[in-house]
Amino acid sequence: MVKKLMGHIGEYKKNMILSPVFMIGEVAMDVFIPYLMAFLINNGIQKGDYDYVIKMGVMMLVMVLIGLFCGTMSGTHAAIASTGLARNLRRALFARVQTFSFENIDKFSSSSLITRLTTDVNSIQNSFQMVIRSLVRAPLMMIFALVMSFVLEPRLGSVFLIAIPIMALVMFFVIKNAHVYFKKMFKEYDHLNNDVQENLLNIRTVKAYVREDREIEKFNKVAEKLMDFSKSAEKIVILPMPLMTVIVFGVIIIDSLLGGHFIVNGEMEIGNLTTLFTYALQVMMSLIMISMILVMVVMSMASAERIVEVLDEKTTIENCENPIKEIKDGSIRFEDVSFAYKGGDDKDVLEHINLEIASGETVGILGGTGSSKSTLVQLIPRLYDVSHGAVYVGGVDVRELDLTALRDQVSMVLQKNELFSGTINSNMRWGDANATEEEIRHACELARADEFIDGFELGYESKIEQGGTNVSGGQKQRLCIARALLKKPKILILDDSTSAVDMKTDAMIRSAFANEIPNTTKLIIAQRISSVQDADKIVVLDEGKIAGVGTHEELYAGNKIYKEVYDSQMKGGDDDAA
Amino acid sequence: MPRRPMGPPPKMEKGRMKSVFLRLLKYIVGVYKIQFVVVVLCIILTAACSAIGTGLLQNLIDEGIMPQIGAAHPDFTRLYQVCAMMGAAYGVMALCQWVQARLMINVTQGTIYTIRTEMMKKMQSLPLSYFDTNAHGDIMSCYTNDTDTLRQMISQGLPQVTSSVLTIVVVFGSMIRLSWQLSLVVIAFLLFIVYAGKFLGGKSARYYVAQQKSVGKVNGYIEEMLGGQKVVKVFNHEEQSKAEFEVLNDELRDNASKAGIFANILMPIMAQMSNFLYFFIAVVGAALIIKGILPISLGVLIAFLQYTKNLTNPITQVSQQISGVVMALAGGDRVFRLIDETPEVDDGKVTIVRVKEENGQLLECVERTGRWAFKVPKEDGTFDFVELKGRVDFKDVTFGYNKEKVVLKDLSLYAKPGQKIAFVGHTGAGKTTITNLINRFYDINEGQILYDGIDVRDIQKSSLRHSLGIVLQDTHLFTGTIKENIRYGNLNATDEEVIAAAKLANAHHFITHLEDGYDTVITGDGGMLSQGQRQLLSIARAAVANPPVLILDEATSSIDTRTESIVQEGMDKLMEGRTVFVIAHRLSTVRNSKAILLLENGVVVERGDHRDLLAQHGKYYQLYTGAFELD
Repeated sequence: MVKKLMGHIGEYKKNMILSPVFMIGEVAMDVFIPYLMAFLINNGIQKGDYDYVIKMGVMMLVMVLIGLFCGTMSGTHAAIASTGLARNLRRALFARVQTFSFENIDKFSSSSLITRLTTDVNSIQNSFQMVIRSLVRAPLMMIFALVMSFVLEPRLGSVFLIAIPIMALVMFFVIKNAHVYFKKMFKEYDHLNNDVQENLLNIRTVKAYVREDREIEKFNKVAEKLMDFSKSAEKIVILPMPLMTVIVFGVIIIDSLLGGHFIVNGEMEIGNLTTLFTYALQVMMSLIMISMILVMVVMSMASAERIVEVLDEKTTIENCENPIKEIKDGSIRFEDVSFAYKGGDDKDVLEHINLEIASGETVGILGGTGSSKSTLVQLIPRLYDVSHGAVYVGGVDVRELDLTALRDQVSMVLQKNELFSGTINSNMRWGDANATEEEIRHACELARADEFIDGFELGYESKIEQGGTNVSGGQKQRLCIARALLKKPKILILDDSTSAVDMKTDAMIRSAFANEIPNTTKLIIAQRISSVQDADKIVVLDEGKIAGVGTHEELYAGNKIYKEVYDSQMKGGDDDAA
Repeated sequence: MPRRPMGPPPKMEKGRMKSVFLRLLKYIVGVYKIQFVVVVLCIILTAACSAIGTGLLQNLIDEGIMPQIGAAHPDFTRLYQVCAMMGAAYGVMALCQWVQARLMINVTQGTIYTIRTEMMKKMQSLPLSYFDTNAHGDIMSCYTNDTDTLRQMISQGLPQVTSSVLTIVVVFGSMIRLSWQLSLVVIAFLLFIVYAGKFLGGKSARYYVAQQKSVGKVNGYIEEMLGGQKVVKVFNHEEQSKAEFEVLNDELRDNASKAGIFANILMPIMAQMSNFLYFFIAVVGAALIIKGILPISLGVLIAFLQYTKNLTNPITQVSQQISGVVMALAGGDRVFRLIDETPEVDDGKVTIVRVKEENGQLLECVERTGRWAFKVPKEDGTFDFVELKGRVDFKDVTFGYNKEKVVLKDLSLYAKPGQKIAFVGHTGAGKTTITNLINRFYDINEGQILYDGIDVRDIQKSSLRHSLGIVLQDTHLFTGTIKENIRYGNLNATDEEVIAAAKLANAHHFITHLEDGYDTVITGDGGMLSQGQRQLLSIARAAVANPPVLILDEATSSIDTRTESIVQEGMDKLMEGRTVFVIAHRLSTVRNSKAILLLENGVVVERGDHRDLLAQHGKYYQLYTGAFELD
């Protein structure tokens, strides 16, 4: 997994390597300066050699400057490498998501994908930087300090050899145990957030049913649990600090005792002892740092997993080899099609659908909630692949057609459609990047969007806010239809796209379609029966099966469901006004 | 756990900061008096022990070691003595560190718990207008980011700052005791470090702001594009959005790496400055000793050097913690603002109770008789019982969500007991507002709303709302099973009652088709259910509450017309004998209402039943025949 992420370091590999290299220089200086200090004390002060003191002073100044240089260089390269890695990861993720099919998107959900591209990448960026800087620095510091201790006085240096494993053991114990509690704590944290969020969303319900006290009680329970888990986790986390103090100062006292004897016996000089104290503190700081970083890295592993999951996700819909780029006409044929959403309960939501639609026909599709109307039409531009059977467009199995060509020719207005921030023009150009102003205007006229656009002060240059929140639902639907028309498709699919448009305008749009784009195959899903009543053919779906196909007259005469729907919508005010 | 990125602390008034700090202290000291005193003692002891331990170095060298060098029979008694003293000092220090940390866990977590629960308690009591004017994200972050920074400040920031400041004072004292001359050199140098730190900090703040701006842009783009990913696919727009993303992504990298470089080089600069100070003191001290200008021993110099090392650490720590503390105080400010919000007014004295009739007299009872009465307190302490019929009158009601914009103007209307009243009209005409006023989600500016002749402001809110069942436009569900969600309407409902309610709402069919039936767990706001199914659950929830008055706010807007006609049957059963207010988008759902009120800009423009209104050939007629869009 780590290898996979690191594969994205790319052009920043150089920085990733340089940062630790410079770090070696900085650490070396941090260790050499106290070493020289021992000499300064031994040979300079004790012997009263003024020139030697100055000489050492100059050497240390040089070392400080080298340390400064190496330190800043290491920091600079670390920053470049980590932000670079983050950029490459975001880029790879974004590109990967672009190849996703609807099925892939459903699997992850948009909000989870967004978190992965933002929060998770950020967490990786931070831990990566920590690793290449501090995780290099701390062990290096420890090794250098240890080596130098041995150089100064092997007998005292060996005290470290006993102390370090003990400290490492303490750290290991803490990290291992704290991790369990932290996991529990984070889970409870999620519960707490979820609870608050729910209460914010449901505040009207809570108030309407006067359930405030119950909600407070529920929240208090979660908060209490969170408190308990946090306490358990922290009880372990606070242990290293006092233990480290005991161990390190224990080392210093043992050094003092032994060192005192050595010095008095003339086997060691006094400056060496003080330098050893410095090293002891450096070793302790390094160990504490390592433990801190390890905790952070462990936490960011979850993020790494989530990122790799996206990068590894196989696109479920891809072009076949040598796809056909030419789409002859707008005819559609469903041949014994069954479909089940993967990852669900694998229940077929469409069963044995057989349907033939000629090029240029207008087809209405009716059916209740959950009758799989949307699913049926989404198979045409291969937003999903059939589980069984085949869908043919222009006489060719859609799986043999080039995806881009297919989707260019099959224009679909989704039920949950989106406009993007920009202008009306920029949104329209999603349909055709090179559309002229006349073409845009014409498409808007067909979709009956021109009336209200002309009413806007800036006309076609009017701003659209994210999600199209600054136009009404009916206006949004008409803009989406216009955008779909700009593709000049052979097949146009409207999935409940005029539900917020009034009946009169709805009728005008349909008649515009009939007159202006007679050769385009039109599939219209609607709740309102008037929207499909005059179609060449109406398909009635019921629980994933075709319950009837025919014209309005035929169905009204022979189809129970159709008649029911029709009557429920058309019954006048005569029977129940009293 | 959400973390706010480190950066320049947000601006806040000094006085406000102080009051937030004092208030927080009151939370801590108020509950944890003893712990607080012990913690402060521990911090003092830790700092003192650390200074004493370092100071003992001088005794170690000057008294324990140096005098014995060259002695024929060295006497190590003093060495042992000093080492034992050091051991004692550091032992006490370690113990104090642990005790302090251990106590702080309880103090911190306890305080945070108190703050969290106080926030929730207050939040539940706030009027809806609060939730309208404050973004959910902002309220959320009071519970997450803001309490988290508070937690960090209480558990780490405050003790560290205190102990650092103490250490600095103690160490400084000891340094001056050892040699005031060398101390002067240290002070001069420290002033320089502080100044340099300030300079660099200011620079990095500028880059940090640029970085945050880029982060905002990139996140915004990601949200928009991934949110609309299906549209991107349908329009073959992948390559273009990739290209647009690259531009923003590269811009973020440039700004982030600049900000990162500055943040990264700050540490080595500080570290090398402290190294410089370390050897500079050594060289200066050595020179002074050798030249005989300063009469100090080697032990003093070594101890002094060790103090210098001890000094730079707490100084960097304080500077690091300061921004954290300021950030936490800003968070605390937001938290306290929430806790200080004014709750909704509820001074009604009249309650609504279940009653039964005995000998022509209404008596309060607990069993579900289906009859309700207002319990009106009289001056002499007894109560009058007035049976609840369900008549609602609006008398010259004027209301606006804020002062600038009036939504309803001098509105008068009435609903007779058991009537079904429907409101139709454009979005923003004031339909939902009217129902929001009946149950006092909002209070009116002028006029009167009477519930069976009693002003709703005289009725206790909880009573009022219990008597009004409501099915809302947007149905949100709670995490829990389906059964629990339905039971939300009446916590004492038996399983049979829950199922009966689901059957009434025609939700039973789809529920039994779910794998776990009524025990299916709903997560993430019922994402796996369709909007229509969620609405059915919400209708069932209202049914199980069994209230005398019902408000249906676009209750069937997401259900297809065929299903709706089925639901309608159930709803008709539910509505029987109750006063019902219906708001509908689709005219077909309101046709059978007793009275239909067409609203326009907060004024009733037409009133009558379906047939009357069609005959009038007015606005309703136009709506019905489709000349307008209802939106």
